[in-house]
Amino acid sequence: MASSSSYNSPCAACKLLRRKCMPGCVFAPYFPPEEPQKFVNVHKIFGASNVTKLLNDLLPHQREDAVNSLAYEAEARVRDPVYGCVGAISFLQRQVQRLQKELDAANADLIRYACNEIPTGMPAAAGSSSVQSLTPRNRSAEFNRRIGNDGGGFYQPTGAFPLPYSFPWTDNSSGDMNDGGGEGSM
Amino acid sequence: MNSGRCAACKYLRRRCAEDCILSPYFPSNNPQRFVSVHRIYGAGNVTKLLQQLPTHLRAEAADSLHFEAQCRVEDPVYGCVGLISLLQQQIHDVESQLAKTQAEIAVLKSQPQHPHPQAVSEVDNLLQQQLDNVVADLSFPNQTSSGFM
Repeated sequence: MASSSSYNSPCAACKLLRRKCMPGCVFAPYFPPEEPQKFVNVHKIFGASNVTKLLNDLLPHQREDAVNSLAYEAEARVRDPVYGCVGAISFLQRQVQRLQKELDAANADLIRYACNEIPTGMPAAAGSSSVQSLTPRNRSAEFNRRIGNDGGGFYQPTGAFPLPYSFPWTDNSSGDMNDGGGEGSM
Repeated sequence: MNSGRCAACKYLRRRCAEDCILSPYFPSNNPQRFVSVHRIYGAGNVTKLLQQLPTHLRAEAADSLHFEAQCRVEDPVYGCVGLISLLQQQIHDVESQLAKTQAEIAVLKSQPQHPHPQAVSEVDNLLQQQLDNVVADLSFPNQTSSGFM
C-alpha cells in the first residue's frame, strides 16, 4: 500500500479532486499518485463519495481488495459502457457450459469404451451420448443464489446473458481475465 | 402528480419529468432496483452513464448496472469480480477433469477390444475413480479471502 499523504505528493484522489491530501486520507493507501487512471475510472463510475462510504463500511484489512475490485469494475465499465463486467461474466458462463458439455460427452465416451461399445481405434459417434450428465446440480443453485435469479436478475443457468459483440479486453480462446493466468488482460 | 413517478424520482423525492431518462429503466413497481443502483453508483452517475449511450442500449446498460450493484451489495469487498474469479476457477477445474478423462479414454483406446477380466476390473476402478472425482467436486469451492485475482 502506498501512503503519500505525509511527506510526498498528494494521492491520486486528492490530486484529481484538487484538495489537500491530509494525513489519514482514506484514499491515500489505495490510490497512489503513480496510478492516476485508477482513481479517474473509479471516480467516473462510482464517485468519490460513494467509494468513501463503501470503504468506511469495511474493515481496514478488506479495503485494499475492495478498492482493487472497484477499480476492476470501473475499468470494465469504461471499456464497455453497456455491459461492464457483466459481459465477461456472460462470456465465462458460456465457457463453463461448453466445457461441461465436452466433459459430459467425454465421460459418456469413457463409459462406452469401457463397456466395449466402441471398438478400439475408432472414434465415438458424435452426439450419441446416452449417459446422464454428471453436472453438479448444486453448483447451478449457487450460481442462482449469486446472480439473484429470482426475477431481479436476468441470468439463466442454461441460456446465459446474450453476447452482443466480442470483448476488446478478453482473449477469445480462454476468456481468462487474469494477467498471469491467460492472454486476456485489462 | 405523485402517482406517475418512476422509482428513481419517488426515491429522490422529485418531480418525474415526462422525458425522465431513468423512468423507462426504474419503474415504480420495482423500487429496490433503483435503491441498490443508487447506493453503489449514485443517481447522478447512472444518469450520466445512460445519457452517453444511444437509447436502444440503455435498457441493457441499466440491467447490467443493477446486476453489478446487487453483487456489490451482497459482497461489498469483491462485488461481481468475485463471481468472475469463481467462474475462472470452475473453468480451470472442468478443463482439468476433461484432460483427465481424455487421458483415460486414450488408455482404453490403446487396449485390445476384448480385454482380460483383470483389465475389466481395472477399467471399473478407473470409472469409479472418475465418479468419485465428480462427487468430490460437488462440494462448492470456497472463495479465497486473500490474494485478490
